[in-house]
Amino acid sequence: MISQFFILSSKGDPLIYKDFRGDSGGRDVAELFYRKLTGLPGDESPVVMVTTGGGGHHDDRHFIHIRHSGLYLVATTSENISPFSLLELLSRLATLLGDYCGSLGEATISRNVALVYELLDEVLDYGYVQTTSTEMLRNFIQTEAVVSKPFSLFDLSSVGLFGAETQQSKVAPSSAASRPVLSSRSDQSQKNEVFLDVVERLSVLIASNGSLLKVDVQGEIRLKSFLPSGSEMRIGLTEEFCVGKSELRGYGPGIRVDEVSFHSSVHLDEFESHRILRLQPPHGELTVMRYQLSDDLPSPLPFRLFPSVHWDRGSGRLQVYLKLRCDLPPKSQALNVRLHLPLPRGVVSLSQELSSPEQKAELGEGALRWDLPRVQGGSQLSGLFQMDVPGLPGPPGQGPSTSAPPLGLGPASLSFELPRHTCSGLQVRFLRLAFRPCGNANPHKWVRHLSHSDAYVIRI
Amino acid sequence: MPYLGSEDEVKELKKALCNPHIQADRLRYRNVIQRVIRMSKLDQWGQAEVLNFLLRYQPRSEEELFDILNLLDSFLKSSSPGVVMGATKLFLILAKNFPHVQTDVLMQVKGTLLAACSSESRELCFAALCHVRQVLHSLPGHFSSHYKKFFCSYSEPHYIKLQKVEVLCELVNDENVQQVLEELRGYCTDVSADFAQAAIFAIGSIARTYTDQCVQILTELLGLRQEHITTVVVQTFRDLVWLCPQCTEAVCQALPGCEESIQDSEGKQALIWLLGVHGKRIPNAPYVLEDFVENVKSETFPAVKMELLTALLRLFLSRPAECQDMLGRLLYYCIEEEKDMAVRDRGLFYYRLLLAGIDEVKRILRSPQSDPSLRLLEDQAERPVNSWASDFNTLVPVYGKARWATISKCQRVERHGPELPNTASFATSGPLIPEENKERVQELPDSRALMLVPNHQLTAECFEKTWLSLKVAHQQVFPWQGAVHPDTLQMALQVVNIQTIAMNRAGAQPWKAYLSAQDDTGCLFLTELLLEPENLQMQISVKQNKARTETLNSFISVLETVIGTIGDIKS
Repeated sequence: MISQFFILSSKGDPLIYKDFRGDSGGRDVAELFYRKLTGLPGDESPVVMVTTGGGGHHDDRHFIHIRHSGLYLVATTSENISPFSLLELLSRLATLLGDYCGSLGEATISRNVALVYELLDEVLDYGYVQTTSTEMLRNFIQTEAVVSKPFSLFDLSSVGLFGAETQQSKVAPSSAASRPVLSSRSDQSQKNEVFLDVVERLSVLIASNGSLLKVDVQGEIRLKSFLPSGSEMRIGLTEEFCVGKSELRGYGPGIRVDEVSFHSSVHLDEFESHRILRLQPPHGELTVMRYQLSDDLPSPLPFRLFPSVHWDRGSGRLQVYLKLRCDLPPKSQALNVRLHLPLPRGVVSLSQELSSPEQKAELGEGALRWDLPRVQGGSQLSGLFQMDVPGLPGPPGQGPSTSAPPLGLGPASLSFELPRHTCSGLQVRFLRLAFRPCGNANPHKWVRHLSHSDAYVIRI
Repeated sequence: MPYLGSEDEVKELKKALCNPHIQADRLRYRNVIQRVIRMSKLDQWGQAEVLNFLLRYQPRSEEELFDILNLLDSFLKSSSPGVVMGATKLFLILAKNFPHVQTDVLMQVKGTLLAACSSESRELCFAALCHVRQVLHSLPGHFSSHYKKFFCSYSEPHYIKLQKVEVLCELVNDENVQQVLEELRGYCTDVSADFAQAAIFAIGSIARTYTDQCVQILTELLGLRQEHITTVVVQTFRDLVWLCPQCTEAVCQALPGCEESIQDSEGKQALIWLLGVHGKRIPNAPYVLEDFVENVKSETFPAVKMELLTALLRLFLSRPAECQDMLGRLLYYCIEEEKDMAVRDRGLFYYRLLLAGIDEVKRILRSPQSDPSLRLLEDQAERPVNSWASDFNTLVPVYGKARWATISKCQRVERHGPELPNTASFATSGPLIPEENKERVQELPDSRALMLVPNHQLTAECFEKTWLSLKVAHQQVFPWQGAVHPDTLQMALQVVNIQTIAMNRAGAQPWKAYLSAQDDTGCLFLTELLLEPENLQMQISVKQNKARTETLNSFISVLETVIGTIGDIKS
């Protein structure tokens, strides 16, 4: 049960404010929330905050919020409720608003205030959830979304995950995925489109001797559908796909994951035999399947780093030679690769020798940042960095040794995107729609595979 | 009530779940629960609500209990973390007398919790981490094999990193200690000074078990000569030496040189304390202290000066020749020139102590240099699952127990209305029909012809005299769980016109309270409440100055209702 719900912009301006129970002070709670958030002591977490004795009306109120695309979505409650359910509700609201307004952001929200209030009215009543299903809500929502202006180059930052990955690759026009679910029911010329994404997040920890300490893949299959509701869809996964450590199928090395969970609307009757998921997707966004895989990756890791550090304690000169090898198949490539290497305090100057001109390296916030816009599979890149670290004395009682790196150097972390590649090897074989075309052309289907780094850490 | 579906059936089920007659009949209740669970249209919010609702039911037999648990098993595998956590809480509370069932359930939801900990939503991740810590309090080894999941990545926000470091500290064991320490060492040089310090404190707390490895890492960190690191390391050393005397030698060797890079009060105090107590083993201790004495005029923190006085006097006992001169100078400064009264008094005190003779000084200042037994006290014994089961999946673990206590205390003080402390906010886990209980409290005095006088006042002396002169008229025990919140109890008693004469503060063992009340005929009721922590019951002894059985019985039932209500709110 929540008392109030409000949305603040990243600067703290209230965009939406809704009081469900009338048991609270008023709009100034939003201001109070932002003041608390910015004035929070460092050791406290902002996720859940409490006001006590704020003055009169809004005593003992808990603020629970999530940050989503630069907005604060905040709920207040005076009950000791389940944090998991409430956080889930907030992120579901974020998805819903995104579905109905096209995309979630300060601009879209302020353009669609009436729609947002109408949605909130239907979703929550007296602070209790009524329904969050897009399908159900479709019957009640009358306001139409005000769609943002057509795609412009300056608006690249708002490009969502669906439909658009990079400028280089040929995909759907990038505004396609960021249109609202329910734009104009009279307008039948709408394209019927389906976007299916297999997204994996990779977190890796590699020890300084090169041995692998931790691999963790969190994957999900996300679907965004603009089809008329009730149409059935079949998603075929790689046939060698198997779940759990013991299960082994077929002859070749299977594609194995540790744990799988499906959305409750997925029918699994063909999953055991043919690895086919059957579902009738509602309008909007849906996470069809989530899976995890740890410790045992079928393919080699995308990147290996071979560092060598020379540290001359006498002159305070630090030389770091980094060799980065990309072990992807030769046809694939990694994009937006960035290496982040924390340096000892007091580094003053940097000189660099990089293996290709499109790379860039600079110092900032006590760390070295090495940007590689594009790395082809199988290639090898290197960079030589020389820095001056004055006034960093060695540990007492030890002779000068050039091999030991100074404290405060490393660990290096990489961030990158791997389009058309999944680390677990899971692929979508096909996406079939049992759909009766009603005069329109066949629906467009966009299937995309993507891996990106969550934490890719290499100790030095 | 939230929306659970529009069908008439749902409404019927809702009514049935609340109906006491159906609750009394096991088979009918089972039937209803089964229908609720099979309700296919229920979305995740409905499921979470139903699980919350089922918390109010107490199964009457073991068979029934396991029956219900079997019916609910599927909720533990739901894809929504909210539902899984709701089900876990229900299992933990229902199976409160079956620890192995509780452990099994926690095993089952381990996957969900871990997945939530690495979730993309930072906020969910944070809530999950807090619950992981809660579970670790009871089952220290529960997540040990998954320690890698709790390594921080540099892009995570500060509050998640701090939680992860805490979790790492708690799950460390013989197998993973090497890897965990290596990871923590990496954090110590983090750009954020707060996070670096948290990591150093974490290593310090692991050092209580794995002393040698940790002291070595901490010593290496001193080599960085960075102010924010050195000061925390020295503070960690101070705490460590007190708890684990075996590492004193290593610490003493690491200390020389630290004084150059410590600027803050806490760090200086720690260093001076170490030099004073263990100065015998540190060759240059007197010279370091001499620097401090020389700069004492520009020292801004009185606490540092006090620490310096004590440390120097201690060192004087073991190395008199090197310290005599500067001790004299320091005492002179403190007594003649110092403006802070506390420091001056401390200086005067030591001066007079020295006048009393060196033996007297030794007798007073030679305190123990370490206290390993404190460690046993600090490592709280594993807490039983039942102590936090009712807090699971609420805001309590997210705030942390200590902060929650202060929050709820503030709230209670603010709600100083004449009613009982708001039972509604606890009702989710509270009694079946709290409102009814409240009414009973109010009604009872009239129905049983017992009228307690509202503004009855009795002084403590008067109470004591009367108490000693009377015999116990009635003695009884009530079930009670957990700690007492004296404020709540006192307020509740006031509602029914029972005055509190004296009461222990919360947490005292055994906990006692003395109460008094007077009815309209002038009959006094004096009561002692006694709570023995180990046997989970509250013993009450009532004395009466006029022997009247019927009023005594009604008084006891009033008391029972109050204690029952408060106890239920608590548990």
